Amino acid sequence: MADGEGGMSTRFRRGDRVCVRRAHPPGHVRTPFYIRGHRGVVDSVAGDFADPEELAYGRDGLPRKTLYRVRFRQNELWPGYAGSADDSLVVDVYEHWLDPAEQKTEEAS
Amino acid sequence: MQRHHDMGGLDAGPVERTEHDYAPWEKRVDAIMRLLTDKKRRVMTVDELRRNIEELGPGAYDEMSYYQRWMASIGNNLLEKGVIGVDELGRKMAEVEARWQTAREA
Repeated sequence: MADGEGGMSTRFRRGDRVCVRRAHPPGHVRTPFYIRGHRGVVDSVAGDFADPEELAYGRDGLPRKTLYRVRFRQNELWPGYAGSADDSLVVDVYEHWLDPAEQKTEEAS
Repeated sequence: MQRHHDMGGLDAGPVERTEHDYAPWEKRVDAIMRLLTDKKRRVMTVDELRRNIEELGPGAYDEMSYYQRWMASIGNNLLEKGVIGVDELGRKMAEVEARWQTAREA
């Protein structure tokens, strides 16, 4: 478990409720559209990596960014989802795309 | 705004599950990408490959096959970095096309 290796700050821990930022920057990003604005739970800390959103433009990707595996409920992601209410989906999300879920107002749900 | 390539969750029809072999040129594109990104050369990153695939835009993105997108992106990355020039690339493409035409007519 990479947790704060090399002085990296790890803002979230396993089990934390998070909300994906509803942001739409114009360039290369690694957060799929369908999870933006949605809430999930941190499944694990995947480690820290050179920032792919910087590497994509030929830069060094430093400082490294912490990557999380975030679990979402399928029926919260897809309108009219017909599967089980227990179905979930895990997506890799970088720390700068996440806010604590508590700081979000109810309109975001 | 949802960018064109970011199509997770959209209707896409059935998934074709049969295995298929790659054409020699497709294997070559894969090999070129491996050489450009290896630890010795580090000419470009897989992230830069992705970025220029996304920059192809809706029309080209849909019309091109998987490795055609790779080749277009690799070409644009090498132009950006000054590894090759526009004129140089254009002449080479014309030369290859002429060679292919000659082979086809033979």
